[in-house]
This record gives sequence, structure tokens and C-alpha cells, in this order.
Amino acid sequence: MKTARVATILGMMLLSTTAMVAAAEHRIVPGDGANERLLEALIMAEPGDMILIGAGRYDLTEGLSLAVDDVTVRGEGPDATVLSFKGQTASGEGLLVTSNKVVLEDFAVEDSKGDGVKSKGSDQITFRNLRVEWTAGPKAENGAYGVYPVSSKNVLIDGVLVRGASDAGIYVGQSENIIVRNSIAEYNVAGIEIENSVGADVFGNIARHNTGGILIFDLPNLPVQGGRDIRVFDNDMVDNDTPNFAPAGNIVGMVPRGMGLMVMANRNVHVFDNRFERNGTAHVLINAYPNDYDDDNYMFVPRGVYVHDNHYGEGGSEPDGEVGKLIADLSGTPVPDIVWDGVTRIPEYFSWVAAADRIYIKEAEGTTFVNLKMISQMLLPWGWWPDKDINAYRGTLQEPSPVQLPQESGA
Amino acid sequence: MKRLWRALAYAAMATSWAGSAYAVSDAAILAPRPPKLLSEFGFFDDLKDRKPAAGVVNFAPSTALFSDGALKDRFVYVPEGKAASYVEGEAFEFPTGSALIKSFSFPADYADASSVVSIIETRVLLKHDSGWQAWAYVWNDEQTDATLNIAGAKVPVVSVAEDGAPISFTYAVPNKNQCKACHDVGGVIVPLGPKARNLHFELTYPDGTVANQLEYWQTIGILEGVPALDRIEAVPDWRDETADIDARARGWLDVNCAHCHRRTGPASNSGLFLNWSEPKGPSFGINKRPVAAGRGSGGRLFDIKPGDPDGSILVYRLESTEPGVMMPEIGRVLEDVEATDMLRRWISSLK
Repeated sequence: MKTARVATILGMMLLSTTAMVAAAEHRIVPGDGANERLLEALIMAEPGDMILIGAGRYDLTEGLSLAVDDVTVRGEGPDATVLSFKGQTASGEGLLVTSNKVVLEDFAVEDSKGDGVKSKGSDQITFRNLRVEWTAGPKAENGAYGVYPVSSKNVLIDGVLVRGASDAGIYVGQSENIIVRNSIAEYNVAGIEIENSVGADVFGNIARHNTGGILIFDLPNLPVQGGRDIRVFDNDMVDNDTPNFAPAGNIVGMVPRGMGLMVMANRNVHVFDNRFERNGTAHVLINAYPNDYDDDNYMFVPRGVYVHDNHYGEGGSEPDGEVGKLIADLSGTPVPDIVWDGVTRIPEYFSWVAAADRIYIKEAEGTTFVNLKMISQMLLPWGWWPDKDINAYRGTLQEPSPVQLPQESGA
Repeated sequence: MKRLWRALAYAAMATSWAGSAYAVSDAAILAPRPPKLLSEFGFFDDLKDRKPAAGVVNFAPSTALFSDGALKDRFVYVPEGKAASYVEGEAFEFPTGSALIKSFSFPADYADASSVVSIIETRVLLKHDSGWQAWAYVWNDEQTDATLNIAGAKVPVVSVAEDGAPISFTYAVPNKNQCKACHDVGGVIVPLGPKARNLHFELTYPDGTVANQLEYWQTIGILEGVPALDRIEAVPDWRDETADIDARARGWLDVNCAHCHRRTGPASNSGLFLNWSEPKGPSFGINKRPVAAGRGSGGRLFDIKPGDPDGSILVYRLESTEPGVMMPEIGRVLEDVEATDMLRRWISSLK
């Protein structure tokens, strides 16, 4: 009996010790050996740990990575704690997370040679109040993506600032259940891009001075396809006026300067309550995937897009590049607020498109629109004309319910 | 009475451990935390020359991963009385207590076989009940032992190439997380080399025996379930000019790229799969457009553009030594010039 009690007490002591260990805080401060200590803290962290990176500048020569679940990496503010990768000699990104239940917050990643902060295969990954920046401004030599969750689930991007990405500032790829909010993306090729992903709420963001503000894409030949159920609302897509600086070969290379929002080959996309101003090519473009591809599972046309109750200011007066010219030659300048290439699958062209797969628009009086009817243009070169009757596209689509994230369930 | 039985059983187990004919320390392999020194495993009777202890068997793949030209020696250890199970297409399934040991060295002069060889690091993969553990040990300057390394290390290497050109660079020993950057299938640490197709050729053993490795492993009892040898695919040595260029190229890509570029690997999101069994279509890179390459595209439009190596992103990234562009992302700082040349010829041959 007595023995049993001792064992219980010992057990309790062990438990409490474990709990203490599990809640360990590792604090890194700048100075000699700081980089090694940071690297080691990330490698040796235990689930439940917090890694605090003190204010200051850390000049890293190698990418960092975190592979432990349930860890928070926290700085002392995106202008105070700066991880600089200017002198990076290895790895494809600044910080790579491959584990679950991770929070990254309150620090900056600068000048990484590849991507900025990436998560691969993470469940419950939070990027909060981060700054990811290429400090020399928009350049083709900059890394592709700033904040970059891929093949991840339950993704929260909240209050980040990304500048200078040569592809997309905030890029969510092949992921599901996503919130991107209250963030600023500027001077990137694409401000925010949601690609081959399912279930995303993108709201309260500012996408300005990019080549294109927000892109909702689905691409062929990827393990995860069928991007769908996306809500883009209450964002500012304004002044997207940076010339495209993406290295050739990348899909965003086709985005003309001055695009507010592009929806390409996605399904069930809802665009509402946004503000579009001073986007020189067009505020909204809805289009099919334009390249040849070899992929039987790919749906190349957008299916079910509902654009409503947005505010449109001045725009479309400086259509840029091949795409801009192609549109303006058909629509005239200024380019209408909303442009649809009109591409459907050929059998649909000769019959009809199911109600759930159509493009619907409900905007204030005076909003301009064009359906470029690209298939007619191709098939009937002398007997077609663009359709500018916005009222012919009235209707609604059932909106997906708001995205809920387990990391925000309050538990 | 029950208690006595248990005590006896434990005693018997302890005797069997202590009484192992091998000098290898099974306890060190299975310890929750790895030993500080490489010598503590007892893998080698002579550590410096890597003269293996009893039960430790050297092996080699037909085509090896390029690691800045490092010379590599590899050993496998399977606990006495146990055997790995043959797996088709993937690494064998090793029993708990097994170890894979790989050392990286550089000669002072590649043209001079008698020149001093410096060992930089020895990596071990240890099979626990919970899965594989990966650790790296960095050798001391005296070359008498190696110490466990967690955070990675940078080691200057100075040598002379076969053509007499000086070689000077900083070799990177991976940190613990980087082990998993390659040794990862579906989030689980795995061995990469010991697959049947890589071992399916004759090797000369220290006692002079010349044998097909698969047959040898089976004969000494460390591998079971091997099918008839003529039914097993073999990857050629990529340097073998007499072999089919397609097989050489595919073999090289399988070993150098496919640990990440496979459907369950760390680069699964790229949609580029360079593993041995992948059909030769867009997913193998043929006329495939990049997804997240960024400046790694080098302005080229396709991963592999048949007939046009200079239009192929794959070649661009293999020829680069710049982080953010180069592939693989880690594990090399130099270009594998000869392999790139072979791959250029292969792409030129594609239609």
C-alpha cells in the first residue's frame, strides 16, 4: 500500500516534470553563435515548446527548418527581429516547416535566395504578423514565393506583409481549408495567389503595386487539382502597376501589369465587396488556362464564378502586354471592369453550360463587362462580336460556408 | 512464481545480448539517444580504415548520389539471427537493430590512388522499433574518431582533380533536419540506397569473394525473400558508356533526384516525378511546365524539352551552384559536370 502511494507520487512528479519540459521556452538573442543556437533550437525543440527570437538582425548563411509538431516560433515584431538570408549559400528557402500545429509570428525574413517561409505537408500552420521581403525591390532574381504553404491543411495567414516576390507574395498551393486575411502584398508579380486549393477565404487584404493583385488559379499536371470553393471579399486590389518581372517559364509570367483579380480554371469562386481602383489592364479577368497541356484529369475552364457587389473605380486605361492587347483589341479601351474570355468546352459551346458552371455577375449600375467569346472568334472569324450586356449574366450561386480553422476554435 | 519466470527471461535476454558473437554494440544502436562518438557503435575493428567488425558488410549502389565528388563507403549491419525482407521497388524492410553506415571522404589528389584520404563524416541510419533514426558524425582532425553532430558543419576541402585542376570548396555536413530533407517517404525516415535495382550487380568483398550483392546478402542470411535474379530490374552504372543512355539517365535521376521528386516525397507538390518506375510523360518532366520554379526556370519553358538540353530547366538547375536555383537543393555545392554532360546527350536523343 505504502509502496503504491510512493509510486503515485513519483508518477505525479514525473508528469509535472514532463509538463515543465514540454512548455520549455528557448530564447535566442543576437550575438556570437546566435545562428547556430537558433538552428539547434529549431532542431531540438520538443512538442509544446516556444522559440523566442530576440530583437536584432540575424545574418544566416543557410536555410532554417522545423520538423517538430506543436512549436511556436516568435520574434519581437516584424521590424525588430530580422532573419536576413542575404548571405545564404544553401537550401531552397529561408525557413521550411514540415510539421503540424506550428505558429510562426512577429518576425521578418529578408532576401532569401529561394522562397521566404514555406510549409510543406503541415496541418494547422499559422503565419501571423510576419514580414517577408526582398529588400532591393522587384527583381527577377528574387525568390519565387514569400509566404508559401503548400500541400498543407488548415492554413492561417494573418497580418503578414510581403514585398518583392518574383512569383507570388502570398502563395497557397495544393492545400485545403485556408484563411488569408488582413495582409498586405505589394511589389510582387502576384500579390496573393490561391492555386489548386480547396476551401479558401481571402478577405481584408490589400494587394497593391503588384503586377496582378489576387490570382485564383488551377493548373494541370499537379498531384492536387480541382481548386474550388473560394471566397474573395472585402479586399483592396488597387494600383497594381508593377511591370511583370517573373522569370520566363512561370505561369505568372503571363499576367499583364495592372490586373486586379484573375480567376483561371477554378470552380465555385465568389468575388464580392472588394474595392478595385486604378488597375491599368482590367479589374477582373475570368479565363481558361491558355497553354497546351497533357492531362486528362484537368478542367481548363472556370466553373461557377459569381462576381457581385464590388466597387470599381478608374481602371483598364493602360492594357499591358500580349494579354492586355488581346483584350483591348476586342473590347476597346478603357477595358471594361470585368472581362471573361468566354471559353467553354466545345460540346458546351454547341449546347449549354450547366447552371452551376456558369459565370454570374450582379454589380451596381454602370459597371462595365465584356465576354470576349474567344471560341466564336476562333470558329466564326467573320460572324461574331464581343458581348457587353452585363445583365445577361444575372443569377446567383450558393456561397460556400465560412472557413473554420481548428487553431482558432478557442480550445 | 510468475516474477521468477520473468527474472529468468530477462537474464536469458541479457546473456544473449552480451554473448553476441559480434563486436557491434546493439545497445548503442538502440539507445534512445545516440552515442556521442562513432567508435561507441563498434561497427569497425579499425575505425580509421573502416575495417568492418564481424556482421558489418560493405555494399555499393550501381549509381551513386553525387556529393561533391566525395568518395563513399557503405556498410550494412543486421543483428545476428535476423534478416531484412526483400521489397520490390523500394528499400528493403530491415529488422529493428539494423544499421546503415556511410562515410564521406576526399583524397588529396584524385589522380593519385596513394594520396592521403581525409574522412569528413560518417552518417548512420539506425532502425528502432519506432522507425529509422538518422545521425551524422564528424571526424576529428587526427582522424581517430568522429563526434555526433546535430547542427551541421562546414568543412573546407582542398584537393586536385584527375586532370590536375585544383579543387577548393566548403563541404557541408547536413544538420539533423536536412537528413529528412531526402530520407523521407510520406513523412517517415527511410533508407534510400538499399533497393534491389541498385544492388543488383557483382561486388568484390574484402575476402576476395566476387558475388552479386543480392545473392551474397541472401547467402549470409541478412536478406530473405529475394526472387530469381533474372526477374529483378537493374540500374546500370551511369558512367558505363556501353549501357543504354536512357537507363543511365533514368538511373542517375532516380538516385540523385527521386528521393524528393516522387509522389510521396518532399517535392511531391512540384508534380515532377523522376523515380525509376515513373512513365516517361509530363509527370517525368517531358514537356512539363514548371509550377513553383521561380528564377529556377532560367527563362526556360519546360522541365525536359526533348532534343533541346539548353531549353530544359532540368539542365539549367543541375548546372547551377546557386541556392534557390540549383538542384538538388542540398547535398552539393559543386556541379556534377560529367553527369550533366551525359544528361545533355540523353535529352538531345529524346524525340
